[in-house]
Amino acid sequence: MGGHLNINHLMFLGHGALWTIGLSMIALIGGGIVGFVIALARISPLKSVRIASAVYVQLIQGTPLLVILFLGYFGLAAIGLKVSPLAAAGASLTLYVAAYLGEIWRGCIQSVPKPQWEAAEGLALSRTQRMMKVILPQAIRIATPPTVGFMVQIIKNTSLASVVGFVELMRSGQIVNNSLFEPFAIYAIIAVVYFAMCYPLSLFSQKLERRMGRGRSNLAPA
Amino acid sequence: MSLQLDFPAVLERWPSFLGGAALTLELAAFATVLGALFGTLAAVGRGSRSPLIAGACKVYVETIRNTPLLVQIFLVYFGLASLGLKFSAFTVAVAALTINVGAYTAEIMRAGFEAIPRGQIEAAEGLALSRLQIYWHIILLPAIEKVYPALTSQFVLLMLASSVCSQISAEELTAVANYIQSDTYRAFETYIIVAVLYVILSLVMRAGFWGLGLVLFPRRRRLGTPL
Repeated sequence: MGGHLNINHLMFLGHGALWTIGLSMIALIGGGIVGFVIALARISPLKSVRIASAVYVQLIQGTPLLVILFLGYFGLAAIGLKVSPLAAAGASLTLYVAAYLGEIWRGCIQSVPKPQWEAAEGLALSRTQRMMKVILPQAIRIATPPTVGFMVQIIKNTSLASVVGFVELMRSGQIVNNSLFEPFAIYAIIAVVYFAMCYPLSLFSQKLERRMGRGRSNLAPA
Repeated sequence: MSLQLDFPAVLERWPSFLGGAALTLELAAFATVLGALFGTLAAVGRGSRSPLIAGACKVYVETIRNTPLLVQIFLVYFGLASLGLKFSAFTVAVAALTINVGAYTAEIMRAGFEAIPRGQIEAAEGLALSRLQIYWHIILLPAIEKVYPALTSQFVLLMLASSVCSQISAEELTAVANYIQSDTYRAFETYIIVAVLYVILSLVMRAGFWGLGLVLFPRRRRLGTPL
C-alpha cells in the first residue's frame, strides 16, 4: 500500500526496541526498590504491616497488567496530573513488578535455613544486622535465578505499554504497519526482536539455576 | 487537583460488566482445556526418541515463552487472515491463548514427568503393564498430581492475560470496559470496577481449582498435602 519496508522503518523499529529496553530497566529498578520493601513488609514482625502488604500483593496479582496500565493512565489524569505515557507506563509497571518481585524475594528470604536465623540471634545481632549481614547475602544468591527469569516477563510485559500510546517496540511496529499494511511480516519481525532480547536471559536464568542446583546437591548429605 | 468519582453513573451498566466477566471466564475455560491438552502433548513430544519431534516441541515452547502474548495474538489474527481464513475475534483469541498457555503447560508437565522415579516405571514394566497403561497410570496421572498447583496458577494467569484479547476486539471484560469508558467518559471508575471484577474472578478460579483438586486427588487429601 505505502511502499516497501526500508531502512528508515527498521531504524524506527530499532528506536522502539531501545525504548522497550529503557522501559524494562525503569520497571526493574522501580519495581525492585518497591518490591524489596514489599518483601520485607511481608515478613515484618508487625501483623498490620504483614496484612497490608499481603493485600497489596493479592490485589495486584489478581488484576491484569492491562487494567493496571489503564488505571495508571486515567487515574493520574483523574486527579489532575497531566502525565506522559512514559510516566503512566513506568508507574504502572513499577507497581506490577513490585508485587511479583516482592513475593519471589520473600520466598528467597524465607528459604534461608532456619539455623542461620537462630545463630544470628544467638550472636545478639539486632534485627537489622541479622538481615543485612546474615540473611540477605545468602538470600541474594538464591534469588538471582528467579529474578533473571522474571526479567523476561518484564520485557514481554512492556509490550502492553503500547496501548497507552507509549512508543516502544510493539507500538512502533503498529505505526510502521499503519503505513505499510503488511501486518504478518512486521509482527514476525517484532517477535524475532523480542525473542532476541528474551532468549539469552532465559538461557542465563536456566544456567544459574543448574549451577545453584549443583551447589545444593554437593552440600546434601551423601 | 480534586478527584471526583461518580460510581453510580458507571455501575448502572452492571449487566454489561457481568456479561463481560462471563465472556472472560468462557474464554479462559476454552483456552485452559485446549491448552492443557495441547501442552501435555508437547511435553510428551519433547521426551520423544525422534529428534525431529523433540526439537520441534522445544522450538515451540521456547518461541512462545520468549515473545509477548500481544505479538502472538496479532500474528495469529493477521496470519489466519492472510491465509484467507475468516474467524470471529473470539475464536482467534481462543486459538492464540491456547497456543500461548500450551507452551507454559508443556514446561510444567515436563517438570512433572522428570519427577517420576525411574524405578516406578521399571516396576510397572516388571508387572507387564502395557506401554499405554504405564503412560497413563504411572507417568501422566502422578505427574499431573505433582504439578497441579503450578498448573492451576498458570491457568489463573491465563485468565488475567486474556484481557489482552481486547486488542483484537474480542468480546471480553476489558473490551466491555473500553466500550463503557468511551461511552460514559468515566474511565477511572470503569477500570476500578473491572479490576475488582478480575480480582473476584481470580479468587473464584483458585477456589474452583482447589475444590477440583480435592475431588481429583483423594490420595493427596488423605496425606494432608496442601493443594
